[in-house]
Amino acid sequence: MANENAPQGEYNHPMPGRNALMSKVDDVVAEVVEGHRRDPSRLLQVLVETQDRLGHLSVACITAVAAGLGVPRSRVEGVAGFYSFLHSRPVGRYRILFSDNITDRMLGSTALMESLCAKLWVERGKVSEDGLVSIDTTSCTGMCDQGPAMLVGGRAVTRLDHQRITEIAERVRRKVPVAQWPAEFFHVDDNIRRRGALLGSRQAPGDALRAAMAPGRDGWLAQMQLSKLRGRGGAGFATASKWTACRDAPGADKVVVCNADEGEPGTFKDRVLLSGFADLVFEGMTLAAWATGAKLGLLYLRGEYRYLLDSLKAVLARRREAGLLGTNILGENGFDFDVDIHLGAGAYVCGEETALLESLEGKRGTPRIRPPFPVTHGYLGRPTVVNNVETLAKTTLIALNGGEAFAALGTPRSTGTKLLSVSGDCAFPGVYEYPFGTSIAQVLADCGASDTQAVQVGGASGVTLAAYEFDRRIAFEDVPTAGALMVFDSTRDPFEIAHAFVDFFAHESCGFCTPCRVGTVLLKDYMDKLARGYGAKVDLADIEWINRLLRNTSHCGLGSSAPNPVIDTLLKFRPAYERRFRSLDFEPAFDLDAALDAARRMTGRDDPGAHLDGAQEEQR
Amino acid sequence: MSGQFMLDGQAVPFVDGQTILQAARAAGRYIPYLCWHPDFPPHGSCKLCIVKVGGRHVSSCALQASDGMEVESDTPEITGERRTLLQMLFVEGNHFCPSCEKSGNCQLQAQAYEHEMYSARFNHFFPIRPVDASHPDILLDFNRCIFCELCVRASREVDGKNIFALTNRGIHKHLVVNAESGRLGDTDFSAGDLAANICPVGVILKKRTGFRIPIGERVYDGKPISRVSMEDGE
Repeated sequence: MANENAPQGEYNHPMPGRNALMSKVDDVVAEVVEGHRRDPSRLLQVLVETQDRLGHLSVACITAVAAGLGVPRSRVEGVAGFYSFLHSRPVGRYRILFSDNITDRMLGSTALMESLCAKLWVERGKVSEDGLVSIDTTSCTGMCDQGPAMLVGGRAVTRLDHQRITEIAERVRRKVPVAQWPAEFFHVDDNIRRRGALLGSRQAPGDALRAAMAPGRDGWLAQMQLSKLRGRGGAGFATASKWTACRDAPGADKVVVCNADEGEPGTFKDRVLLSGFADLVFEGMTLAAWATGAKLGLLYLRGEYRYLLDSLKAVLARRREAGLLGTNILGENGFDFDVDIHLGAGAYVCGEETALLESLEGKRGTPRIRPPFPVTHGYLGRPTVVNNVETLAKTTLIALNGGEAFAALGTPRSTGTKLLSVSGDCAFPGVYEYPFGTSIAQVLADCGASDTQAVQVGGASGVTLAAYEFDRRIAFEDVPTAGALMVFDSTRDPFEIAHAFVDFFAHESCGFCTPCRVGTVLLKDYMDKLARGYGAKVDLADIEWINRLLRNTSHCGLGSSAPNPVIDTLLKFRPAYERRFRSLDFEPAFDLDAALDAARRMTGRDDPGAHLDGAQEEQR
Repeated sequence: MSGQFMLDGQAVPFVDGQTILQAARAAGRYIPYLCWHPDFPPHGSCKLCIVKVGGRHVSSCALQASDGMEVESDTPEITGERRTLLQMLFVEGNHFCPSCEKSGNCQLQAQAYEHEMYSARFNHFFPIRPVDASHPDILLDFNRCIFCELCVRASREVDGKNIFALTNRGIHKHLVVNAESGRLGDTDFSAGDLAANICPVGVILKKRTGFRIPIGERVYDGKPISRVSMEDGE
């Protein structure tokens, strides 16, 4: 955890000698690199830890890390530049990031950020002149049920309001270390509103594991097959098929990866599992190891959930002591498995499983070419299963009650239950567990939503549903979802919703392929143009064409799903776009008369001749 | 395994392990590309080589051919999409062909002609990308980079030098040089490196050779890139 009151980096020292600086950087880097056994695949973890200690990753620091790990400097610079939470320039000693999901904005985050900026005399995106504070936005931090939220030095602060903003400003001004801020600032509620098979499960650590070990590895996989469990991360691939393919892949050194990079805006159910049900998640990983023969487990925790790291490590330690991790698990000869936790550093694309593997290997989070698939060529080229947090937790139920019992809930093609993260315009935001097949209307009724205009299911990359579709059901065969359900009442503007998601994708594109790198920015530019009131019908044709390119030609799911919110809202809420047009055919992208302003100031003129003839324009 | 697939209605034979693009080339059929290179594994970033297989878009440089595939490449739909990808590459960088030393030898320009791209269609981004003239023999003009990573790959895998890498992400992604100063002159880069001779556009230019061959007599001035690629293997 960043220690905000410690001297953070050389830039704060009063006139330090250059040699003293260099030796401090070198000493810190040497220590961190040693701690990671000089292993280049730990590069991202090394950078995260180095930045914690030095404040930012300076030029000298990058050089030292490269030397310490024995990799080219250009590679270190490439990785350091990829992740939003790594900084090559000094940031404020108090680094404040406002969560910028649409639900945060709906709760007033924009005004709160402006207020804090004003109170602390700092411009958004800049560092205050004394180096004390910097304020900016960041992608959804997974606190939509208790927003607006922010990160301070990497720690989540929830339920912001003007009073809390004032209190925060005061503490920053008085330089109170974040560790001494009131604990209530950092309190994160689980907000579990509806418990089903998983959240209501009463099992002791090891129960599921014992149950799965009894019938042997093959017998356990057979139960998994009967369960018809499908991946909860969104794609819905059959988990047993994945495990079987990994088990059968050549190579003895298999790997189980838990994808806890819950970056989809509006999703926070994995946060709740990791905070209150971590044993189930780790037990699920161990069950996957039992099925596949993996000895190494890796959990990739998104940087925003870093506050959970210590408690997760404590759970791991407890499980090791109980003989549920380590060698000869539960006395079974040759059943060896342990779990290591890697931290992400602010990159949504790392939720894509091959980008996640690249990131785990200490590289830029660029999705790989598939095939080959991770089950044969995954982490460091080894056969790897990558499963979502919820998927893994669900496997404990299959171990305890059998595959058939699991499949009895839900629909024939979507078995079991699904956790939904419900936020937005409703009385009871939080986590709801429903059997698959539950209608949107049911969820809306339960969460206390009224006058609902639209529901965004599956986050930014998901689907926008209009009121006439609320009888549709949560299921892979109808409305699939990774778990987000954001509610918008009739006071919200569907254009603004789509606009926010378009901004998100442009920010999070990894930039690997042409259509996503350029297309997401083009789309953002068109939406900005419409928002400014300079849109025309012809722009919609361009938007639809860019959408098509993104959907068809992108390298991974980020690009191909980036246009979804625009495609859906254009189809279902077209008036929200059209009422922004000034004319139905062509409209220049800027105000012609305003563009002459600089020329007028330079020539000292403001007479009618120095302006475009408004009347003439109107007649035209 | 070997067999044949249909490319725009004509049979193309392939042998095990060949990608659609490789098999097509071996059969004398051209599929356009920018980031692919015969001597390197597929990269798959430019997406110019997209084709449709069974109604789905795929990168032909990366997908292995399989028996009985129906592949569409030279269709109005795919050509239109490729043209837009080229327009995207043009507007994200600063490409001023008339004053560029690479004009006539540039694959991006040649592809634009090949695909009858007569306008940029979208607003230009006009990014600010400084040039690097620090090296005695080589000029780097990042304004024209299309992120094919051929220099990155050539330097890493063939020259064994790791001179180049990409940093940042999204539209802010850019090339960096392996030196604390960030300058090419402070590396052991040499004009004889493969990385110095592989750029498909005008980023990595040799000094003191500019315009030695007049515009009008250059590689793609006489023949379209589809023919140069197939006849000269470039």
